[in-house]
Amino acid sequence: MINTPVDTKDTEFPISRQPTHSELVARGVTLPIAAGLSSRAAAPPSIGSASPEVVSVSLTVNGTLHALMLDTRTTILDLLREHLDLTGTKKGCDQGQCGACTVLIDGRRVNSCLTFAVMYDGAQITTIEGLATKGTLHPLQQAFIDHDAFQCGYCTPGQICSAVGLISEGRAKTADDIRELMSGNLCRCGAYGNILAAIAQAMRRA
Amino acid sequence: MAPYIGTATSRVDGVAKVTGAAKYAAEFNTPGLVYGSIVTSTIAKGWIKRVDGSAAMRVKGVIDVLSHEHRPPMADDDKAYADEVAPLGSPFRPLYDNRVMFSRQPIALVVAETSEIARFGESLVRVEYEVEAPVTDLNRERDAAVPVKPPTNPFEALFTPPKPRGAPERALAAAAMRHEAEYCTPIEHHNPMELYAATVIYHADGKLTLYDKTQGVQNIQRYVCSVFGMKPEDVRVMSPFVGGAFGNGLRPNFEIVLAVLAARALRRSVRVVLTRPQMYALGYRPAMIQRIGLGATTDGTLDAITHDAITVTSEYEDYYRQETGWSGLLYTCANAKYAHKLAKLDLPTACDMRCPSAATGVYALECAMDELAVALKADPLELRLRCYSERDQNNNRPFGSKALRECYRQGAQAFGWDKRNPEPRSMRDGADLVGWGMATGVWDAFQAPITVRIALSANGHAEVACATSDIGTGTRTIMAQVAADMLGLPLDHISINLGDSNLPQSPVEGGSWIAVSVSNGIATTAASIRDELLRLAKQIPNSPLAATAPGEVALIDGKLADKGDVSRAISISDAMRQGGVERIEQEKTTNPSADAARAHNTHSAVFAEVKVDEQLGVIRVTRVVSAVAAGRILNTKTAGSQVLGSVVWGIGMALHEETLIDHRFGRVMNANIAEYHMPVNADVHDIKVIFVDEPDDSNPLGIKGVGEIGIVGVAAAIANAVYHATGKRVRDLPITLDKLSP
Ligand code: FES
Ligand code: FES
Repeated sequence: MINTPVDTKDTEFPISRQPTHSELVARGVTLPIAAGLSSRAAAPPSIGSASPEVVSVSLTVNGTLHALMLDTRTTILDLLREHLDLTGTKKGCDQGQCGACTVLIDGRRVNSCLTFAVMYDGAQITTIEGLATKGTLHPLQQAFIDHDAFQCGYCTPGQICSAVGLISEGRAKTADDIRELMSGNLCRCGAYGNILAAIAQAMRRA
Repeated sequence: MAPYIGTATSRVDGVAKVTGAAKYAAEFNTPGLVYGSIVTSTIAKGWIKRVDGSAAMRVKGVIDVLSHEHRPPMADDDKAYADEVAPLGSPFRPLYDNRVMFSRQPIALVVAETSEIARFGESLVRVEYEVEAPVTDLNRERDAAVPVKPPTNPFEALFTPPKPRGAPERALAAAAMRHEAEYCTPIEHHNPMELYAATVIYHADGKLTLYDKTQGVQNIQRYVCSVFGMKPEDVRVMSPFVGGAFGNGLRPNFEIVLAVLAARALRRSVRVVLTRPQMYALGYRPAMIQRIGLGATTDGTLDAITHDAITVTSEYEDYYRQETGWSGLLYTCANAKYAHKLAKLDLPTACDMRCPSAATGVYALECAMDELAVALKADPLELRLRCYSERDQNNNRPFGSKALRECYRQGAQAFGWDKRNPEPRSMRDGADLVGWGMATGVWDAFQAPITVRIALSANGHAEVACATSDIGTGTRTIMAQVAADMLGLPLDHISINLGDSNLPQSPVEGGSWIAVSVSNGIATTAASIRDELLRLAKQIPNSPLAATAPGEVALIDGKLADKGDVSRAISISDAMRQGGVERIEQEKTTNPSADAARAHNTHSAVFAEVKVDEQLGVIRVTRVVSAVAAGRILNTKTAGSQVLGSVVWGIGMALHEETLIDHRFGRVMNANIAEYHMPVNADVHDIKVIFVDEPDDSNPLGIKGVGEIGIVGVAAAIANAVYHATGKRVRDLPITLDKLSP
């Protein structure tokens, strides 16, 4: 973000993105870097719109159609967690680094934190809440329990959805393939060995 | 019914976790909830001159911008902010005044109707600072480090170096073989997968229900009450599921203060979720420089140990743990001395992180032992056996139990250690150099006072309640197992209630002390339930237990039975119904028997294989065997997972993890989980966990806890394996491939 000693702002908004430090320097704007005083007070006065832009979006989530009016900035992840009360999908970083937010969109595994809802008007979404059928766990869910493929459980919905996607992709042939293709899903509890065993079990039975 | 204790029972909350039904702190939704987004400092040190929220306030949906200039009252004395596990000093007070003490310090909170608007509003808040030059580099500050204060009570003594013995300097100078070196470990961040979050439900009468990510709901409750001057009955803290914490949730973090501030300011329910980068303004494992000196005779008998540590903390609190004394505990040595200094930097206060002190202190010691073995041309395992300690020489007492020899034996056998060629660079697999290394692990076994309530119904179901957390370790599951065995009921007749400040007292969950504390607590309360059942059973006409004494009955298969003759029995439901009782409720506190005459420790032997690409220096940990002695193992499945996870942490510590600071700005550069490297699935290969038998009578159930021990020694075993593979000794972690290049 501009007007700080360095360009260290952690997040940037996709709408009305402000110019970066180097862009401003290129335009000849001087930033108050040197002196003992730094300031953000000199920021350009108007920035973005004062009211959110709202659009209508229809999505099917776990077989239920939802017609919604959404802020254009709402991600699929926040849509699920904050609007539909489907909190099984987790937020571990909100920046595409951990896979905790993995859901299946039209059958493909996707990091829902990096995905705006408006981009998926009409899509079919399956979340962890939609995997079990009539009270019977999905084979991967059962395998995760059998192999103790989690501790805290926070990465687990993402791991399971990712594994569903992995199996339907059909690319994983060996244990090393599974490890590699599951490496976008971090598990800080370190359950990787058991996650591998659980997925291998489900693949054998698939 | 076979006992549940000691079996590989699947987690009782497994279905909740695999279906998404388990709810974490940010997942309790309520009508009218508003969202707080945190503005953090862009400077590491200085003063805030002005917080200008006017642009944010012009955004439709922004409700308020809180800062030290504009917020409800908070306590103004350090004592109010000193939580149950606060170190010495003056705790950080979020949004209290205009002082900036570390980069990314929370300095304002934008509250809005939606999270998107709050986040946008946050980007519009302008802050003017007066900047001071921060100091964050341990290497530059090491000479300014000051010795930790001598302890003033037994609790502080846990964290200060043990007393010296013998004449270590003279012995080291005179030793036939001497190894002296410095070992460095960086700042590491816990990075649990769940973001720190608090949801505050504001009730019409001003009472609050808080859902917080914490390892101790009652610690949070007391803290919130003292910071905001609230009554305990007006603040309920819940934390039914915690998405990992690893020590980071022992102390209250700033999300809870900010969320309560906003709820009180606006009289509304509020959610505050930290971003991943903001989690780098929480506690961390302190960076440290350790210096180890080992003196030995030519036959490998240790004669001198010196262990010095310099560790990092903030300017405002003295966080330290006892890194150094493990050396003289683990090995027999007549002469030993320790020293610990603190470097106070412009960073947040360091905090406990998985096996604080031993993870790092034993890393340095066990690398030094490997180097001594090389100098002596001795097998590293042989050297450890020669120096094996049968007594805790730091405190001159025997061990309650110590099956470390068995860990060495079983671990070495499972690993195939006897096939190791001692020569570095001698073992190969194609283009890879192969290295085998080993190390020892040690940790404490603590037990803390705890209170457990059990309510037994005449239909043979029981509710067990205790305020402890389950941070993912499996507490809920082992509680159910212990209760089922103690009450003689099937596992699915037990329900566990935890993570709620209204429940009976529990310490924070950490230090590996909850399993032993809560299990013995359940046993105590179950015994008084049994006594009550016996009293009822004796009232039944012609009771078969009429003459049976309280110590002679047990609860087995839903019945109260005479242990000497189990045919003399009465079912729980008969005893209760005939006594006209539908529910028996007992609440008991269990205080551990102080057994200071013996040392209480867990131990491990860790063996690691690495393969190092000779051209590129890429290191893979292809095999680890961890043999653990930790008393009675309550659940081999969940305990096994704890150790597996700890080994993964050890791999991260050895090869990946490092928080990088740009010291010009005192700011973490890799404040995310892509550039802060943690092990991913592809980094983890074959890990085998062995629990060796270790009968222990320090507590009635013989439990020691396994949360910490699994990480200790892993980084050293890997570092030693890297040396064995490459002939190159890297003494600062993590061992990245650039450090291996010639
Ligand atoms: S929350 Fe989406 S990848 Fe981390
Ligand atoms: S189970 Fe805790 S992060 Fe994977």
